Amino acid sequence: MSNNLDLKKGLNIPIKGVAAPEVIKTVVPDIVAVKPTCFKGLVPRLLVKEGDAVKAGSPVMADKQRPEILLTSPVSGTVAQIVRGEKRKLLAVLVKADASQEYVDFGSQAPADAAQVKELLLNTGLWGSLIQRPYGIVADPQAAPKAIFVSSFSTAPLAADTDYTLVESMKDIQAGVDALGKIAPVHISVRKAGSAFGGITNATLHEVSGPHPAGNVGVQISHIAPIRKGETVWTVSLLHLAALGHVINTGKLDLTRKVAVTGPAAARTGYVVALPGTPVKDITDVKEGVRVVGGDVLSGENLGAEGYLGFFEDQLTLLYEGYKREWLGWAKVFRPKVFSSSWCYFSWLTPRKKYNMDTNLHGGPRAFVQTKCFEDVTPMDIFPIYLIKACLAGDIEKMEKFGIYEVLPEDLALCDFVDPSKNEIQAIIQKGIDLMIKEMA
Amino acid sequence: MAQQNKTPWWHSTVDAFDTFLRVPGTVSAKGAHVRDGIDLKRVMIMVVVALVPAALFGMYNVGLQTSTLYNLEWGFWHMFFYGLLRMLPLFVVSYVVGLAIEFASSQIRGEEVNEGYLVTGFLIPLIVPIDVPLWMLALAVAFSVIFVKEVFGGTGMNIWNPALVARAFLFFSYPSSMSGSSVWVSKTWAGLDGVDAISAATPLAIAHDGAYDAATGAVGQYSFMDMFYGFIPGSTGETSVIAILIGAFILVWTGVASWKIMVSSIAGGLLVGWLGQLAGATAVPCYYQLVMGGFLFGSVFMATDPVTAAQTETGKWIYGFLVGALAVVVRLWNPGYMEGMMLAILLMNTMAPLIDHCVVSAHTSRRAKKALTA
Repeated sequence: MSNNLDLKKGLNIPIKGVAAPEVIKTVVPDIVAVKPTCFKGLVPRLLVKEGDAVKAGSPVMADKQRPEILLTSPVSGTVAQIVRGEKRKLLAVLVKADASQEYVDFGSQAPADAAQVKELLLNTGLWGSLIQRPYGIVADPQAAPKAIFVSSFSTAPLAADTDYTLVESMKDIQAGVDALGKIAPVHISVRKAGSAFGGITNATLHEVSGPHPAGNVGVQISHIAPIRKGETVWTVSLLHLAALGHVINTGKLDLTRKVAVTGPAAARTGYVVALPGTPVKDITDVKEGVRVVGGDVLSGENLGAEGYLGFFEDQLTLLYEGYKREWLGWAKVFRPKVFSSSWCYFSWLTPRKKYNMDTNLHGGPRAFVQTKCFEDVTPMDIFPIYLIKACLAGDIEKMEKFGIYEVLPEDLALCDFVDPSKNEIQAIIQKGIDLMIKEMA
Repeated sequence: MAQQNKTPWWHSTVDAFDTFLRVPGTVSAKGAHVRDGIDLKRVMIMVVVALVPAALFGMYNVGLQTSTLYNLEWGFWHMFFYGLLRMLPLFVVSYVVGLAIEFASSQIRGEEVNEGYLVTGFLIPLIVPIDVPLWMLALAVAFSVIFVKEVFGGTGMNIWNPALVARAFLFFSYPSSMSGSSVWVSKTWAGLDGVDAISAATPLAIAHDGAYDAATGAVGQYSFMDMFYGFIPGSTGETSVIAILIGAFILVWTGVASWKIMVSSIAGGLLVGWLGQLAGATAVPCYYQLVMGGFLFGSVFMATDPVTAAQTETGKWIYGFLVGALAVVVRLWNPGYMEGMMLAILLMNTMAPLIDHCVVSAHTSRRAKKALTA
């Protein structure tokens, strides 16, 4: 175990559109969506029907297999619509918000033991914020995790700065840490260069430095206490830790967060105060030909202009779609508008420059040729290319050997970015994880 | 199959030229939403750029060798253009035959055309004797592209370096056109129709026959600096150490090829060369191994092919070292054939997955042990 992690490998993608630390808007939404699709490994069962009245904190969905896991409404109002997709897959429950908010009272006293903490998490709907590793699925209430890990910062491109967004929630965060500490030892990683969260007690603090993905909790775990076969750890974001603490301190479920509006296509960057499930167009203006990514550009989800902010997301990245074709792009000596981490181009001459990146792939799909680039952006004790190939082959034994338990797609997201052969590494890893879940269940 | 029926037979070809001229307008559909500007076209073109100094010098040297050997007293540009003219047909044959097969098999597989042959097609003319008959070259290219690359699934899937297999094919099928002392200096198109070919052995062959002058440091009529600059007979691309080093610098700087393989290959060659000298197998100092024959060209441009080399970083050290060591072992202890680089690399291409397997197994068992103690 190490309390000091200096990671060298990785890459900070120099993309334009960082959010200035100022609140530009507070959204009071008319409609809020509860999206079960945000939660991996959860099969939703409806608990409400259209026209039902709900409070902030009332359950609207439960997991089919483990009905104690609830998804709750972040606002009080009436259920306006149940949105279903293909094969009647439940996509979202839309709640029309009331003018004045009513909260379910969860009682404002600190839970005394692990069972009470679990009960509180389950009742408030915050259980879904606990992610189990391996596999990155919603945690199992029956499981006993080895430890709970929290990364207090993100190194992802243009990510919301938690030192700004959550610094006022210190009291809540500490209450959340105290509560989770009753379930398992809590490890919190803080930015080495200085962090507002260095004073948290009741947890093991780890100072971390390095380029992205140093802020990824998975990368940190692999250095602090690697996950082996049969072990389970949980992770939770600082955002939800604060929400848990807020419930403990006040008895109310309040998922309001400062959402970073970022990216080259954002009309105005900054922070917007909003709830999860808020319509994207309430948060920011979306022009034609712009992709709205919920989260960061590496692992975020394409929400669409008509989409809703996800449960886990505290960032929107707006990108121009890159349909434009560049003449002889690959053959140009200088390509000042395109960033490349490879020294085959000359981006290294302008290390401080930020780029107007779009969604163009800059090439066609090919077989793996260069693979060292994966290792250069993966600060973990694994051979990425061997893990990737094991996932492609669906070889369970090899996946285990090469470290499938330690990774989630987001930890290898930079491989997507740097690969000259334009392979979809994250999708490959996710496929491998899905296979593991199926075979090991 | 349904998809193939829909796409016309020229689809892959049109697509290849289209994306050659313009970066495709495809946007990311899943995974990371933004992508690096690098693509395989750029990677491959960097290798070609790195080969250009060796190719240009080679062209000049083709003219120089002909002019010197036959006392023609050509000027610089005459030598260069003679070499250029002699090289052009080789390039044309190599690219036309290779790309035709590449395009056809991409179409059969229903994939986009891969850029790998840009490099292979440039390498092959640089590693064969200048006067090799074009039909032989065409045959070798076809053999290597079909049986070494396409049957395995195209670029990225091959086990052996296709350019080297083309050379090996020629070497074993047509030894009289590929080895000996009369194939390295061109006389075709030099106005020498009635003149008998004059023998011009490469320094490697001369050294092999023991004609090393310890006092002057010369191998036959060639001094060390001749070999360093590249004013010696040999395959077009391999003679000039300076040109190859420029290429090596480009490859290492851009990160396209592994410096670890280059360094360890040279280390392996030097070590065996030195041991050979101690054991009395040769009188030539070990560093001469680097400037004679295709050793350096092979170490820099052929052994480092990321597809056929070892892929783990530790594996690269082992792989490179063995390439260099084996090449010099063949040079010193094989009576028949003195250029060991080609077969050393091909052998190590075969062994590279084994090396990687050992490295990865060692790593995973170390991880497993750590898990037990943790």
